[in-house]
Amino acid sequence: MKKEFRIISDLVEKNSRVLDVGCGDGELTSYIFKYITQDVRGIEISKSNVQKCISKGLTVIEGDAENDLYQFPDASFDFVILSQTLQAFLNPEKVLDELLRVGKKGIVTIPNFGHWKVRLNLLFKGTMPVTKSLPHKWHNTPNLHMCTIKDFFNFCDHKKIKFIKSLALSQEKLLSISKTNLNTRNLFSEIGIFLIQK
Amino acid sequence: MNKFDDIKKLVIKDQLKLDCGQTISDFPIAYETYGKLNSKKDNAILVFHALTGDQFATDINPITKKDGWWKYALGPQKAIDTNKYFIICANVLGGCMGSFGPSSINPKTGKSYGNDFPVITINDMVNAQYFLIKHFKIEKLFCVTGGSMGGMQVLQFVANYPNIAQTAIPIACTSNHSAQNIGLNELGRQAIMADANWQNGKYEEANTSPSKGLSVARMAAHITYLSKDALQEKFGRKLQERDDLKFSFDADFQIESYLRHQGSVFVDRFDANSYLYITRAMDYFDLNKKYGGNLSRAFEKSKTKFFIISFTSDWLYPSSENKEIVIALNSIGADVGYVEIESDKGHDSFLLDVPDFLAALKNFLNTSYERLNEKGI
Repeated sequence: MKKEFRIISDLVEKNSRVLDVGCGDGELTSYIFKYITQDVRGIEISKSNVQKCISKGLTVIEGDAENDLYQFPDASFDFVILSQTLQAFLNPEKVLDELLRVGKKGIVTIPNFGHWKVRLNLLFKGTMPVTKSLPHKWHNTPNLHMCTIKDFFNFCDHKKIKFIKSLALSQEKLLSISKTNLNTRNLFSEIGIFLIQK
Repeated sequence: MNKFDDIKKLVIKDQLKLDCGQTISDFPIAYETYGKLNSKKDNAILVFHALTGDQFATDINPITKKDGWWKYALGPQKAIDTNKYFIICANVLGGCMGSFGPSSINPKTGKSYGNDFPVITINDMVNAQYFLIKHFKIEKLFCVTGGSMGGMQVLQFVANYPNIAQTAIPIACTSNHSAQNIGLNELGRQAIMADANWQNGKYEEANTSPSKGLSVARMAAHITYLSKDALQEKFGRKLQERDDLKFSFDADFQIESYLRHQGSVFVDRFDANSYLYITRAMDYFDLNKKYGGNLSRAFEKSKTKFFIISFTSDWLYPSSENKEIVIALNSIGADVGYVEIESDKGHDSFLLDVPDFLAALKNFLNTSYERLNEKGI
């Protein structure tokens, strides 16, 4: 399992109620089901992934965060997880608001566009960056709203969203993010992982 | 001797108060079972049939000598595995395969009820079948499932008996019949009633049968069970055993001939009055209204784990209507899964060999059974 998934699972409290938005083939969802809480369900847009989730015995709804979160009442989940998909939505701000309406807490991870390799890519090659955590080309990327760790941090700050935990993955090492080290983390981390609350 | 003498029947002695206000008792519910009930009695699945289905869900129907309507989904090692589960399927109240319906004999007159039969509802059908569960002394059903009108019965069953079914799989259905569907049913009913042989519903007494009308009803309905793409692919404008148009009203086109065939085989196995009564029951179905306009309230007392399935090309019970059920369940935090199966076979997809559908059904049942009853999680 991806290191990122392990870190997300560690943030989820035992026996809590969890919604995994964009749960893919259910890898993280099944891990959470097995080891953290059985009260977990997923939303997934791809039909073949939904089938994979069903075959793993997971409760999954075919749908997506932009159109289907509205049906859940306020604070109906303890944790709502959004792993590396915020940047792919048409309206990430609306998705984030919905996430924190439906969930008491949100776990959001983002691929960091501020990483030094990404910056060098554009600076020296003059082409849109293609890296290990951002593998797509400009014309086929699902990412509409790329952001950096710093962007996301400032955005949440501006929206008065509270950070319970701010973590950065830098070459498989887990580090914490704070206002004082924000610029460094933004330069050297591939992924940002945030436990947030309204 | 009656042709239904040899099939399984339970005569319900209790009184059943129908939605129309009448009370019935001493009435038969015909049923079939597949597989074996285990000693823990935790492997029972109640399957509800659709408009023209019956209790013979799989194997050869002993009356019609045709394959059961759910042969692709139900049987040994199939999605609903009869080696593993005990399946009960009953002919609905109002039906014509041995259950109490308009073709049953009225003891007061010695003749069939015809349209003296009370107007029944989906609620009445479900309540009648509940007696069957009590008869088998089953306290917990592992699953209730069915497609189309069968799916409506699934929803009604969970609403009426919130603590009986561990899981529920409503397939290609709705929580309230749409204007389009009422309209289509009305078309079928008018076709039957316009047939002079219908005789105001007393055709058995008159020794006739409104088979022309029933056949037209079936032809129209059959189109609604398919999709434009499926019809186009299967028939297109192909001609029926001829090289050119005949400039007549014969069945020039294959689609015409196909529909005529569908109509004519249907009248051999189905009673016209049953068709009127059962379509009426579907039209009256409105679970939302029954719960004050809030469908969620129908399920709020239930812990049942739901899995809802719809099909992309189903325009009779489209995904949007199935999703309304998902939304109602999510809004009360119920355990609900949902998948829309890609299929060009229209509403009939649930009856056909659609591998993604059958795989989803099988996987949901088997993983749920393992979790709920084998590991006891």
